Amino acid sequence: MSTDTAVPATTATDAAERAREILGVSRLTNRALTSWLHGLPGVDQVGAEARAASLGTRSIKTTSKAWAIDTAISMIDLTTLEGADTPGRVRGLATRALTPDPSDLSTPRPAAVCVYGDMVGHAKDVLGDSGVKVAAVATAFPSGRASMAVKLADTADAVSAGADEIDMVIDRGAFLSGDYLTVFDQIVAVKEACGGARLKVIMETGELVTYDNVRRASYLSMLAGGDFIKTSTGKVQPAATLPVTLIMLQAVRDWRALTGQMVGVKPAGGIRTSKDAIKFLVTVHEVAGEDWLDNHWFRFGASSLLNDLLLQRQKVSTGAYSGADYIADDSPSLY
Amino acid sequence: MPTFEYAPAPESRSVVDIKSSYGLFIDGEFVDSRGGTPFKTISPATEEVLAEVSEASEDDVDRAVAAARTAYRSWSRLTGADRGKYLFRIARIMQERAREFAVLESLDNGKPIKESRDVDVPIAAAHFFYHAGWADKLAYASLGDNPRPHGVVGQVIPWNFPLLMLAWKIAPALATGNTVVLKPAETTPLTALLFAEVCQQADLPPGVVNIITGAGTTGQALVGHEGVDKVAFTGSTAVGKAIARTIAGSRKKATLELGGKAANIVFDDAPLDQAVEGIVNGIFFNQGHVCCAGSRLLVQESIAEEVEAKLKARLATLRVGDPLDKNTDIGAINSREQLDRINTLVKVGEEEGAVRWAPECELPANGFWFRPTVFTGVSQTHRIAQEEIFGPVLSVLTFRTPGEAVAKANNTPYGLSAGIWTEKGSRILWMADQLKAGVVWANTFNKFDPASPFGGYKESGYGREGGRHGLSAYVTTGATK
Repeated sequence: MSTDTAVPATTATDAAERAREILGVSRLTNRALTSWLHGLPGVDQVGAEARAASLGTRSIKTTSKAWAIDTAISMIDLTTLEGADTPGRVRGLATRALTPDPSDLSTPRPAAVCVYGDMVGHAKDVLGDSGVKVAAVATAFPSGRASMAVKLADTADAVSAGADEIDMVIDRGAFLSGDYLTVFDQIVAVKEACGGARLKVIMETGELVTYDNVRRASYLSMLAGGDFIKTSTGKVQPAATLPVTLIMLQAVRDWRALTGQMVGVKPAGGIRTSKDAIKFLVTVHEVAGEDWLDNHWFRFGASSLLNDLLLQRQKVSTGAYSGADYIADDSPSLY
Repeated sequence: MPTFEYAPAPESRSVVDIKSSYGLFIDGEFVDSRGGTPFKTISPATEEVLAEVSEASEDDVDRAVAAARTAYRSWSRLTGADRGKYLFRIARIMQERAREFAVLESLDNGKPIKESRDVDVPIAAAHFFYHAGWADKLAYASLGDNPRPHGVVGQVIPWNFPLLMLAWKIAPALATGNTVVLKPAETTPLTALLFAEVCQQADLPPGVVNIITGAGTTGQALVGHEGVDKVAFTGSTAVGKAIARTIAGSRKKATLELGGKAANIVFDDAPLDQAVEGIVNGIFFNQGHVCCAGSRLLVQESIAEEVEAKLKARLATLRVGDPLDKNTDIGAINSREQLDRINTLVKVGEEEGAVRWAPECELPANGFWFRPTVFTGVSQTHRIAQEEIFGPVLSVLTFRTPGEAVAKANNTPYGLSAGIWTEKGSRILWMADQLKAGVVWANTFNKFDPASPFGGYKESGYGREGGRHGLSAYVTTGATK
């Protein structure tokens, strides 16, 4: 697996220098960022949606379906982000990540468990060095409306509790008002606060609305050193659509051609069925390429998706559908 | 790391019931030919014989035209609303039997099932729905005073979109009160013969639609027949010219939809990823067997390298193979004759010094296949930039200014279609005004709709099909003599 690509900049000085080099400017100003981002080729909405729809018509059967289901399970960030979360619920979710299907121990484990910062310790207790990562949302998730000091403290708190990955939100208000430099600086600062943790940058594409904005936000996040670009918090509709993910996959593909570095992609929110997940994998395969078909570079932010994947996995191996009673679920809805 | 291989996902053949031999559909019944020599139709993907088909002799053409003439007397006097009812019924049956039509079309033509399923059959049905709606509104279609049918229409269609071209021809003819004798291409007669069954199922009065199979001789006999009042032809420019000569000086009206060498023009401010999709769709859709295919890519010099790189990366993901596999992007070339023609022109391109490129992909052992191919370094005087190849072969040329793009795009004997890729609306309008092409697509390509007229300039033919313009080709107007 190509994990040997250059390590992104980790200090603010490094990040700014690298950005100046990529933009070819002596000083990183908002004007420089604007002309770079607005100089990217536009996205034709109709064409992008048609391409996503056509990728969605691929017919994935038998052995390739079995492979896709296992791959999708291994890419899940098993998520609970509720005000009602308790240590018990988080421990349950983490336990489930270790043994997703107690009736079939060959079932792969999800990539990570994704929780609020104050729950990191509870998740880490269960997961230990199992290889399943703990991801924490930070920076005043989901709105991001807090001072920088608060956002950095939020990040540092999660990291010190043992988070392997940080999912931050960008300041969409700043982005939409054209203040790209603020967005850049904030990502750089959070990245610095992450230390060794990998940083996922949530762009909240549902609030960016246009595909041109999604492409620009993707480039801005990659320029600032994000290890992953992520669609959504899951709290805003629409969340992870296939066309939005297509635009982001084109961005990481083109970014690698430009810089030699790979950046991960994480669609999150709204992907609930195996059929949907397989459409995303087809899109990863045909747009970014097979190097991204690995949970180091592609994740699904989802909670209920795992249930359907396990159901389909049982169907593929036994030839018959079981039912919800045969899928052990430690995190049913409160309601 | 295991790679993502797509396991075979074939559409089932069991939905179609192909007979071992077919007669001619004349006067509402399948009848034996009188004196024609039967011929075989094969699957171009496997060379397997699908069925034996009758060749219509001159005698048979006579019978078919006579049946259409007799039927015309009552069909033309039906109210528009009643004609519309038949067309709606045909459209609904086509939708109900869509899977059957799609599988049969892919078997007989070689096109991928995803195209016959998602494009050919749905648009064919849409043409019947669209024209069914016009049947009782002809007086309000701004066609002129007192619009009325010509009489018996002789129609000859090509092998690239067998069912869709049939729909383009038959739907407007029937809506306007004409009756029809139609000859499908000799390599792709099966969906037309299935359509004949649909006419029976819809209780269409006998003789309103007659389907006669055969090759060039049958087609000549039909268009030259004294009893035919109007000719509608889609096919090659050479045959179109021969038809025009045949009917010169006669009372016959004609619409001819002929060849093309369309330019797909990409400006430096284009949405590049979508433009690449449009280029691929423009020339590799239906194996490039499309008269309006974007066979010449005109790309602005400043982005030529980037576009070529993106295009090649995209072509590497195309899946060539079994037309019935739902994941196939490029199917089989329709016939050995067409494959030979493509090979000849591609050889000429190499000899003329253009650089040939094709992605690595395995081709099946049997059948007629050609890799999606790109020629770079092509100049306007190369034969591959001038002649219609009618296959999955793209010629890449460059330009520097909008004026140069227009000049190069128009510098061809053809003028069927063109594509423009730019984010600048005013440039789209200016270009569309300058381009001598019947259809101009902006930021898309190969989009068809029954409401939109289609047809060519110059050697791409005359007359329009689709929309109100298409209706007007099937009526005569003014005072009754």
